[in-house]
Amino acid sequence: MNRLVLDFAHMLAGTLVLLSFLQLYQDRLSALVNIFALHALVLALSVAWQAYIQDAPHLYITAAIALGFKAIVIPVALRRIIVKLGIHREIETVGGIGLTMLLGIGLVALSMVVMLRVTADADPLTREDLAFSLSVLLLGLLLMVTRRNAVSQVIGFMSLENGLVLAATGAKGMPFVVEISVAFSILIAFIVIGIFLFRIRERFDTVDLQALDRFRGERR
Amino acid sequence: MALIHSIAGQAIQMLVVLAMAPLLTGLVRKIKARLLRRAGPPITQPYLDLLKLIRKEVVLADNASWLFRVVPYVVFSATWVAAALVPTFQTGLLFSWSGDLIAIIALLGGARFFLAVGGMDVGTSFGGIGSSREVMIASLAEPAMLMIVFTLALIAGSTQLTTMAAYMNSSAVGLRVSLGLALIALIVVGLAENARIPVDNPATHLELTMVHEAMVLEYSGRHLAMIELSASLKLLLYASLIACLFSPWGLANQTSAPAVLVTGFGSYVFKVFVFGFLLAVFETSIAKMRVFRVPELLGAALMLGLLGTLLLFVSRTF
Repeated sequence: MNRLVLDFAHMLAGTLVLLSFLQLYQDRLSALVNIFALHALVLALSVAWQAYIQDAPHLYITAAIALGFKAIVIPVALRRIIVKLGIHREIETVGGIGLTMLLGIGLVALSMVVMLRVTADADPLTREDLAFSLSVLLLGLLLMVTRRNAVSQVIGFMSLENGLVLAATGAKGMPFVVEISVAFSILIAFIVIGIFLFRIRERFDTVDLQALDRFRGERR
Repeated sequence: MALIHSIAGQAIQMLVVLAMAPLLTGLVRKIKARLLRRAGPPITQPYLDLLKLIRKEVVLADNASWLFRVVPYVVFSATWVAAALVPTFQTGLLFSWSGDLIAIIALLGGARFFLAVGGMDVGTSFGGIGSSREVMIASLAEPAMLMIVFTLALIAGSTQLTTMAAYMNSSAVGLRVSLGLALIALIVVGLAENARIPVDNPATHLELTMVHEAMVLEYSGRHLAMIELSASLKLLLYASLIACLFSPWGLANQTSAPAVLVTGFGSYVFKVFVFGFLLAVFETSIAKMRVFRVPELLGAALMLGLLGTLLLFVSRTF
């Protein structure tokens, strides 16, 4: 019984890492949004499983928030933004996909090495969770770095936050207030970024953030 | 007595593989045709094709060397030996002491090398294009395949297919992410190696897109029959490999009673049928990739293999 519990938690967290890689692989915005929704769905499942094995009912609320906001509300909103901006067919990456994937593998290896060293005497469940969540977090950062388009950077930011939630639920005894406030700050950040997107679009006629560099005078 | 048993088992298994290979190809073609609402050729069509090709005379180019004539037989024998190493309906094969999963990969790699050399031998431009593309795909698929082997070998503690199948059949495996990743990567590699649709189209004769077909364009008669048969054998080999590693249920071993052997054979045929069906559905539902997209697909397979190996280090037992 205990082994299966661990295996299942392991599998869900591993699936999250895999989906982060799929985000790096996708080069179309609408497909990226779909995978982000799947990412959030798996996160919700993983959090619900943690709630079940830790016997912590408040985590079910976290799972419900992840499911409601991140798997449904935000992807739908993002999709509407993409359609409104008329960019649902384009995406540009900095550097090739293969290179990005290799960097991603490096980051996963790094986070495993770091986390497994640091948490040598923690219990195995927390240990795995922390290693996986650090890799999800770093992969989200990598997605933000390698994309020029503002919408895909938003998605990178959101999946980075998914990694944070995974870490928070893996550690036992995280106060509920913290999780709630993180979730809401993310939602507010999303709204602010959404407004900014339209402002950038109005001013520069594009959501390619390289336009901002040119405006600052960094690139001629 | 035991020796006779294992020799008989090995011989039966080799013959079964040889007899079933064209059937799988025909089955996939038939299901694909039915999915496109065509009647399609009968399932036995590949056998008839092979018979016809063997009876026809060989047309050789004037400048074809001895290598060109030898290549089909080398390719066929290497593929057949590789297929004989994979347990299909029973484990404990006579040959399995001599070759493990890595030896199978090496045999297939050798066959591919000779095929590419044969493609370039006559010096036509199509053969050259086909060979260079084939070698490019192979050079990307092979590292991915080796990573898959590493992952599976670390889990099962052996590269010997018999031991691996026995381990996968026991309850010690549990639920592992790495296995899932290895399965997806193995399917991608299998598609690339067998020239199936997202990488290459087995039915095309359009110059710009063909890879495998361009390479064997100069062959005719019994030479072509050998090459077609080894292509079918390779597809069946991958089907048996996936069946033996990821669904080894019903696999008999060499000391089993005849009834168990029959069950094992039935389950093997069923697994191959399911594989053919899924392959046909997948191929009809997806478009062929541009050649320049192939490295990304195979890079993803390599990445999955690497990730599978990495994830093993955080899983509980390792």
